[in-house]
Amino acid sequence: MVEHLPKVADSCAALAARIEDGARLALAPDYSGCAMAVIRALIQRDARDLHLVGVPQLGLQADLLIGAGCVASVEAAAVSLGEQGAAPCFTRAVQSGAIMLKDSTCPVIHAGLQAAEKGVPFLPLRGILGSDLVRHRPDWRVIDNPFAEHDPILLVPAIRADVALFHAARGDAAGNVWIGVRRELMLMAHAATSSLVTVERLAEQDLLADDQIAAGVIPDLYIDALALAPKGAWPVGLRGAYPADQAALAAYAAAAAKPAGFARYLTDWLALPDWPA
Amino acid sequence: MTGDARTELLISCLADRLAGCRHVAVGAASPIPAAAALLARMSSEGRLRVSILGSERHNVFTDGSKELFDCAAQGRIDAFFLGGGQIDGQANLNLVGVGGYPRSPVRWPGSFGSAYLYHLVPRVILFRLEHSPRVLVERVDFISAAGTSPAHHHRPGGPEGLITGKAAFRFDRALGRFTLTHRHPGVALADIVAATGFAFELAAELATTPVPSAATLAMIRGPVAADLVQIYPRFATEILTRPSAPRPDGLT
Repeated sequence: MVEHLPKVADSCAALAARIEDGARLALAPDYSGCAMAVIRALIQRDARDLHLVGVPQLGLQADLLIGAGCVASVEAAAVSLGEQGAAPCFTRAVQSGAIMLKDSTCPVIHAGLQAAEKGVPFLPLRGILGSDLVRHRPDWRVIDNPFAEHDPILLVPAIRADVALFHAARGDAAGNVWIGVRRELMLMAHAATSSLVTVERLAEQDLLADDQIAAGVIPDLYIDALALAPKGAWPVGLRGAYPADQAALAAYAAAAAKPAGFARYLTDWLALPDWPA
Repeated sequence: MTGDARTELLISCLADRLAGCRHVAVGAASPIPAAAALLARMSSEGRLRVSILGSERHNVFTDGSKELFDCAAQGRIDAFFLGGGQIDGQANLNLVGVGGYPRSPVRWPGSFGSAYLYHLVPRVILFRLEHSPRVLVERVDFISAAGTSPAHHHRPGGPEGLITGKAAFRFDRALGRFTLTHRHPGVALADIVAATGFAFELAAELATTPVPSAATLAMIRGPVAADLVQIYPRFATEILTRPSAPRPDGLT
């Protein structure tokens, strides 16, 4: 079996084992594709000093990793639980100084990933000037547009993550992954050194063979390993597959509001014998 | 004015600000602006395109989450709604936190796309339900997005005005100041002055925000609410099921 499926890992734990302590890890927002089962495996293996990049913002994945002590820094346009309010572990970690914060804005993250995708060191971007974000980001630069007079413009550095981690509806044995219109996942995969993916199901056929869906497929060129994880984004949702489990998200937000509540939640979550499929 | 009546007034008031637009985009966690955009689209007989982040139906983007920003930079989006934990008299927005940075004692999620869209979308409508001195401050603690820019900066966009739960202001980009133009029904000028932490100009004639017509209310409670259920189920249901409120004719 393994000879025919060289990129298919046995388990989410096997994917988590490929993410080293200290890695720069790109993650998707809650509305996109969250590999929550691997997040749990990362916490189970007690990952440390991760540098999270939100593409472009972060939600439950980041809050769990931060609360579990796995995170050294966060670069994102925002971190929140959406309708369920603030991300409590993130908020506490910012206030205590437990994590280093690289506050950003959505298009800077996208441009940084696009620079990495092109293999160039930076990209220019309109807007943003006058924001305090610029003052607090010494790695951003304002220059004069060399093609015009008196036209200041922001330059932002390439964001090259060690690993892009995400969840998608379908993959195939070769490691091709169908993401449909969720093309921020394509951008993440192009920009990162390696990509690890969980999928709802493994397709029998080659996903690139069908022209009707090929444009929504990340080719195996970018994918290092994938694992089967039905309901792998739970309790957040996956477009076309299942909606977010609002009751479960509300239960998390309520529990995590206090450190002791978060600790109890985490113990219970890690102890779940089976992934709630 | 009950909470629901005020919500409907604000939806109608925000929708009026979209007159003449071809394309309005609405960010996440913005139920009242989303309702306003859908109401404006119905009134425009389909001429207004509405892109709502988080919606599968009202979102044609196929190039991932960056496409909205690329569209904005090209001038393909005419209007957007922004808010903030703090908004100051120069229309600076703070979505980051209060009381020092980075270890802000009050910390919010972050700036999202505000720093960018505020500069590039021609008609940015500021909306914040809470009208109080802690929100409308003289000077924000952190500038997520700057209200004004030096004249030589490339800035096709910026704030058009501010609508709150009490009033509506117009923003003068050259002067960098707000002018109070409307108070909502039942709100006294003194109440607005007391609740506003920044100094502002007063319009020559202070108007009262017009209450929505029966036809507008029927659209909000009917097709707009039905359309919103997929994105904001709780909000839409609260508008849909109003047993205590009088209903316009023809609605059950």
